[in-house]
Amino acid sequence: MRVSFTVNGRPQEADDVWEGESLLYVLRERLGLPGSKNACEQGECGSCTVRLDGVPVCSCLVAAGQAEGREVVTVEGLADLAERRARRCAGGDGSGSCASGACGTSGAPLDEAPGVPAGDAWSRAARPQDSQAGGGGGLAPIQQAFIDAGAVQCGFCTPGLLVAADEMLERNPDPSDADIREALSGNLCRCTGYEKIMDAVRLAAARQAEEAAR
Amino acid sequence: MDFLRPASWEEALAAKAAHPGAVPIAGGTDVMVEINFDHRRPEHLLDLNRVEELGEWEADGDTVRLGASVPYTRIMEHLRGPLPGLALASHTVASPQIRNRGGVGGNLGTASPAGDAHPALLAAGAEVEVASVRGTRRIPIDDFYTGVKRNALAADELIRAVHVKRASGPQQFAKVGTRNAMVIAVCAFGLALHPDTRTVRTGIGSAAPTPVRARAAEDFLNAALEEDRLWDSGRAVPPSVAEEFAALCSAACNPIDDVRGTAGYRRHAVGVLARRTLTWTWEAYRGTGRAADERGGAA
Amino acid sequence: MTTGTGAGTSRTGTATTGAAGASGPGGAAGTARTTGTAGTPAGLTQHSGTRGGIGESTLRPDGTLKVTGEFAYSSDMWHEDMLWGHILRSTTAHAEIVSIDTSAALAQPGVYAVMTYDDLPTDVRHYGLEIQDTPVLAHGRVRHHGEPVAIVAADHPETARRAAAKIVVEYRELPVVTDEASATAPGAPLIHENRTDLPQGPPTGSGPGGTPVTGHVPHPNIVHRQPIVRGNAEEAARRADFVVRGEYTFGMQDQAFLGPESGLAVPGEDGGVDLYVATQWLHSDLRQIAPVLGLPEDKVRMTLSGVGGAFGGREDLSMQIHACLLALRTGKPVKIVYNRFESFFGHVHRHPAKLTYEHGATRDGKLTHVRARIVLDGGAYASASPAVVGNASSLGVGPYVVDDVDIEAVALYTNNPPCGAMRGFGAVQACFAYEAQMDKLAAAVGMDPVEFRRLNAMKQGSVMPTGQVVDSPAPVAELLRRVKAMPLPPERQWESSEGADVRQLPGGLSNTTHGEGVVRGVGYAVGIKNVGFSEGFDDYSTARVRMEVVGGEAVATVHTAMAEVGQGGVTVHAQIARTELGVSRVTIDPADTRVGSAGSTSASRQTYVTGGAIKNSCELVREKVLELGRRRFGTYHPAWATAELLLEDGKVVTDGGEVLADLVDVLGEEAVEVEAEWRHRPTRPFDPRTGQGDGHVQYSFAAHRAVVEVDTELGLVKVVELACAQDVGKALNPLSVVGQIQGGTVQGLGMAVMEEILVDPATAKVRNPSFTDYLIPTILDTPTLPVDVLELADDHAPYGLRGVGEAPTLSSTPAVLAAIRNATGLQLDRTPVRPEHLTGTA
Repeated sequence: MRVSFTVNGRPQEADDVWEGESLLYVLRERLGLPGSKNACEQGECGSCTVRLDGVPVCSCLVAAGQAEGREVVTVEGLADLAERRARRCAGGDGSGSCASGACGTSGAPLDEAPGVPAGDAWSRAARPQDSQAGGGGGLAPIQQAFIDAGAVQCGFCTPGLLVAADEMLERNPDPSDADIREALSGNLCRCTGYEKIMDAVRLAAARQAEEAAR
Repeated sequence: MDFLRPASWEEALAAKAAHPGAVPIAGGTDVMVEINFDHRRPEHLLDLNRVEELGEWEADGDTVRLGASVPYTRIMEHLRGPLPGLALASHTVASPQIRNRGGVGGNLGTASPAGDAHPALLAAGAEVEVASVRGTRRIPIDDFYTGVKRNALAADELIRAVHVKRASGPQQFAKVGTRNAMVIAVCAFGLALHPDTRTVRTGIGSAAPTPVRARAAEDFLNAALEEDRLWDSGRAVPPSVAEEFAALCSAACNPIDDVRGTAGYRRHAVGVLARRTLTWTWEAYRGTGRAADERGGAA
Repeated sequence: MTTGTGAGTSRTGTATTGAAGASGPGGAAGTARTTGTAGTPAGLTQHSGTRGGIGESTLRPDGTLKVTGEFAYSSDMWHEDMLWGHILRSTTAHAEIVSIDTSAALAQPGVYAVMTYDDLPTDVRHYGLEIQDTPVLAHGRVRHHGEPVAIVAADHPETARRAAAKIVVEYRELPVVTDEASATAPGAPLIHENRTDLPQGPPTGSGPGGTPVTGHVPHPNIVHRQPIVRGNAEEAARRADFVVRGEYTFGMQDQAFLGPESGLAVPGEDGGVDLYVATQWLHSDLRQIAPVLGLPEDKVRMTLSGVGGAFGGREDLSMQIHACLLALRTGKPVKIVYNRFESFFGHVHRHPAKLTYEHGATRDGKLTHVRARIVLDGGAYASASPAVVGNASSLGVGPYVVDDVDIEAVALYTNNPPCGAMRGFGAVQACFAYEAQMDKLAAAVGMDPVEFRRLNAMKQGSVMPTGQVVDSPAPVAELLRRVKAMPLPPERQWESSEGADVRQLPGGLSNTTHGEGVVRGVGYAVGIKNVGFSEGFDDYSTARVRMEVVGGEAVATVHTAMAEVGQGGVTVHAQIARTELGVSRVTIDPADTRVGSAGSTSASRQTYVTGGAIKNSCELVREKVLELGRRRFGTYHPAWATAELLLEDGKVVTDGGEVLADLVDVLGEEAVEVEAEWRHRPTRPFDPRTGQGDGHVQYSFAAHRAVVEVDTELGLVKVVELACAQDVGKALNPLSVVGQIQGGTVQGLGMAVMEEILVDPATAKVRNPSFTDYLIPTILDTPTLPVDVLELADDHAPYGLRGVGEAPTLSSTPAVLAAIRNATGLQLDRTPVRPEHLTGTA
C-alpha cells in the first residue's frame, strides 16, 4: 500500500508498504530516517519515540497505515522544531514549514554502503571549541544539554530520550526530579545509569529558563 | 494482509461485518507487538484511529461514557475526579508513550488477565458498550471476561465505549510488578467504595485465568460494614475484618506460576493489596469523602 | 577510563594481523623510550599545555552525530539493492537433526538463497573465541535453544521470515544436560564428543567418547577447571575461632545492550566482502570469519559501524559470518538485524553460578582461610568460559589478605544458552558470594562489617592467592572508609504535604504502599577486578598516528581498530594526541582492519592498552617531528640540541617555555606517520594445579554503599541511593569516568533485584526472551549515584591510569543484597532477589 504523511514538516510518501510494517520501519528503511532506533520493537524501551501529531509514541507500535495523513517529528527534526518553537515564543512566524533542512540532509537514501561515521565528521566535532559551544550549532537545547552533561554513551537510547525529554520540557518547563524520572520512565538506557541524563534535562530546563528570562 | 481504514464508526462496523476475522487496531500496543514478533498474521487489520468519537468521552450525567480509544494519559489528566480508580490504574500502564496511545478498548479487546484497566472497571461496576451492524448492546463487566484472553464479543462486534458510574466514594488501585515503571502486573487489585449503595466492589488482575471479583470478600465486608454500622459511624474498619477481607481476596485468586511470579506470591500479594487499599479508601471515606457525603446529605 | 564491557583473560588464540610497526614490541608501559637521536631527551611526559588534553572532561567527538540521529549504527546500514538475511533457529535445546527440507523456502518468490551446514563453502565450519567448537550452522545436532540452523536471504524481512517458516526441520529430541549433576552423571550425554581442545597439560586418560581427559578437566562436559591453592587451608581452618559457610546462586544476566546485533555485508568485485558491523574486536572477528568463507584475511574488509552498547555481548560472533555467506552466495549486499527476541539467543550471557564458600576468622577478626568451589554454567559452547574460570578462581577471595586458600572453579558444558563475556566476568559472580560471606563472618565475630573488611583489606604489597604481589596502589580500606563517610540520604523521603509520593516508594507508580511495611537497610561491598587480558595472553594494541599541516594548522590523525562501543575511547584518544603532540585538532579515523589489531574493547583494557599504544605512537611521531625541526632549525638556536623539548599549542617549546618554532614550519609539506604496536607488562599462565603465577596485569577496586527501602510485606525493593568510591589511577576524562562508574553500578543494581534469564530446567528452553519479561532498570528504579573518584597512580600504566569499566559492576550487586538483608533479616543466598524470596512464597 501507499502511505503519505508529514515528517519533520516535509510531506513524505512511501510505496509498496507491507501492511504489517510499523511506522518505525517506514521511517528507517523507506524514508532514510534511521535516527529513530529499533531496540525492542515491543514498546518496552522508548528508543523509537517520535511525536505523532505532537504526542510522544513508540513508532514501533504504530502501524504504518495509521500514520496516513498525520504529522510525525523524529529526532532528525528536533532542532528545527525547537527553532520554530523559539520563534513562536518570540512572537514571530508560525508557518511550520521545514526551513532549516535539518530534516532533509539525512533523509535521502544513501546510494552506497554508508559505512561509519566519517572520520572528518568526528574530527570536526572533536574540536573543543566546537563541541563546547553552548546553544548554537543547529542543535535543539536538549540535544546540546545531552552532549554537555555527558548523557550520551553508546547513544542508541538517545534519540528516543531526546524526543521524550523535549516534549516534557515543552509541557513542564520547570520539572522536579520526580517529574523528569516519571516522564522518562518509558525510555531504557543501558550505559549511563541515568544520572547524567537527569543532569542533562536539568541543564536544558535551566538554560531554557535563562533564555526565557532574557 | 489488508489494511482497512474506515473513516467513521459505521464504516468500521461494516468492515468488521464483512471481515469478522479482521483484527481491530487502535493504540497498537498489543497488536503491533504480535505482528513485529511474527505471532500473528491476520488477513485484515482494521484501523480505528480515524473514528474520532472513539477518542471522546461524555461526563455530563451520573455516568461517564468513555470512548474505547481515549488514551490512558487523558483519563489520568481529565477523569481523575469521576473515575479515580481507573485514573490510578491508567497511571500504572506501561510507559508515557504507551499511555499516549493505548485505551481501555484495547485492554478489553485483548482481555488479558494482566490488563491494568480490568480491576478498576470491575470494582467500579462498568458496562461495556459494543456494537455491530446488527445493533448496540451493553455488557456488564462481570459478564465480559469469558476465558483466558477471551471476551463476550461476537465476531462482528467492536467495542465502542465503557460506561462507568461517576464515583460516589473513594477508589483505589494497586499493582505489583518487579520494576517501578513499565512493568506488566504480577498481580493487581482494585477496590471501590460505593457509599450510595453502601457496597464495596473489588477487581483482581493477573491472579486468575480472567480478571475476577473477590465476591465472597465483598459479601463479607459489606455485611461487616453494615453490621457494625460503619458507613454511618465512620469508625475505622476493625483489623480483624480487614484481615478476613484480605484472606478472602487471596482465596478468590486462582493463579499460576509463571516467569513473572509464583502462584503463592500472587495470592499473598493480593491479600496485602486488598488490606492496604481497603485502609486507604476507608480512611479517605472517614475523612474528606464521608464529610462531603454528610454535607451533601444535609443540604 | 575504560570500557563498559565484558572482561577477558587467557586467550589461547592469537591475533597478529597487520601489525606493521615502526618500533618493535614496546617495553614497560609509560617508561622512557630512546630513539636513535643522540642527546635528545626522550620519553618526556607532555603535560596539558594544550587545551583538550588528558584530565579534562572534553566532550564526545561523536556526540553531535548521536544527538541528531545521524550516527550510523550497524542496524542503520543501507545499500541499494540490498537483501535481508534471516536466521532459522532451533526450537529445542538438544536434538538430533534428522532432516532439513528447504525446498518450499527456496521456491518462495523474493527468496534469493537458503543455506544450511551442507552449503558452507570450506572445511572450516566452526569458530570460537578460545575453542573453535561452535558450528556456523547446526550440523546434525543442536545443542541449545535458539541455535542457528539455516539462513535465508530475501528482498524484504517479511519475505525472509515467511520463507524461514517454510523450512522443515525434523528433530529427534535428546536428553538435556542442565547442571553439574546432569553433566557429570554416569552416561551423561556428551555436549561435545571427540573434544580436540586441550585446555592445559597432557592428557592423563581417555574419557567417554574418546575425549582426552586432562588432570584438570575431570569430565568432557567440563570446559575448564582452575584450582588456586596457597598455604594450607585445612590446617588454617583449625586456627579459626569462627567459621561460616554458604551456598550461593547467581542467576543468568543478559548484557541487554540496546542496539541489536546487526550489520551489512557487501560482496566485492574481487571476490572479497566488505562487512560493516558492531563488534568489540574487529580482528578477532576477522580471524574467525575469513577461514569459514575461504578467503584470505585481506579480502574480508571490516569496518566498525556504530555500536549500540556491548558489555561483553559482542565479543563473540553473531550475524557476521551469516551475512557474509549470504552476500557471497547471492552477489548482493545483505543486511541482517536481529529483533529483541532473537538478540536474547544471538549472544552469550553472563555465566550463572553456584558458589560454595567457607571462611574462617580468629576472635580478633583476622581471616584465617577461604575454601571455595565455584561452578559456572558455560552452556552449549565454550565462548570465553576458560577466562571466566580463571577470573573467578584467581579473584575468588576478593580484595582481602588471606594466606591459606583452597579454591576450585569449573565451567560446564550444558544444553543451556551459551555464556561468555559480560562486564566483570568471573569476578562478578565471586564478589557476590565472598561479600555475603564477609558480612556473615563479621556478624559471627561481632564486628561492624565495614571495619571487619578494612581489617582484612589488601593494600599495595599484599600477595594474591596466586602468589602475585600487588605492586600498585590498592586502597581497599580507604575506599570503604570513603563510601561509609558519605552522608546518608534522609529518611522517609516519600512524605510530602500532599501525602505519600509513591514515586519515592517501593513499587513506584504502581501504588503498592504509602509507607506501610517499608523498612530501610544499608549494605556495603567492595570488589577486585583484573584489567586487561591475563594468563600469558599476548595483549597488545596498534596505533597509527599521523601529523601534518592541513589548512595552515598542524593536525593529528589517529587510526586504530579500537571498537568504540559507547565508552568514550574516541574521546580520550583525541585527548592523548593533543597532550602528546600539542595540537588542538585531532581526527579519529574510523576503526577498521586496515590498521593492526587494537585488541578487544573489554576487560577494562582499552584506555590502558590502546590509549597506551596511541601515547607510544605519538611519542614516536614527536621524536620524528623534533628530528625534523633539528634538521631545519637546529642551527638557529642551541636549545634544539640541549633543552628538553615539548610540543604545545602547535609549537615546539623548551621546558622553560621558550618557543623555538611553529609546528607548521617544522612540518612544512611533510606528513609524519607511525604505526606501532604496544604491549603492557607480560603476564603468565596460572599453574594448572596450584593456580600460582603472575596472571594479571593490573587490579582495579571499587566499593559501594547501598541504601534500600524494602516493602517487607510485598517484597518490593527501592534502592534509595547507591554510592560508589573507586580508585581510577588517573581520570583521563573525569566526566566519562563517572559515567562508566554510574553505568556499571546500575547494571549491578539490575542484577540484584530484577535481571535474570530464566531457563526451564526440564527443557533448557529460555522462558523470557523479551524486554517485557527480562527487566532492566528504568530511570524510576535508579537512585542518585554519588561517586567519589580516587586517583592513585599506577606507575606501570600510561599516565598512571587504571581501567574503570568493570569494577563498579562487581560490588554494586552484593551491596544491594547486603542492604536488603539488613532491612529484612533474611539470609538471601541468591541473586537476583525476587519478591518471592522476601515473602516466603518462592
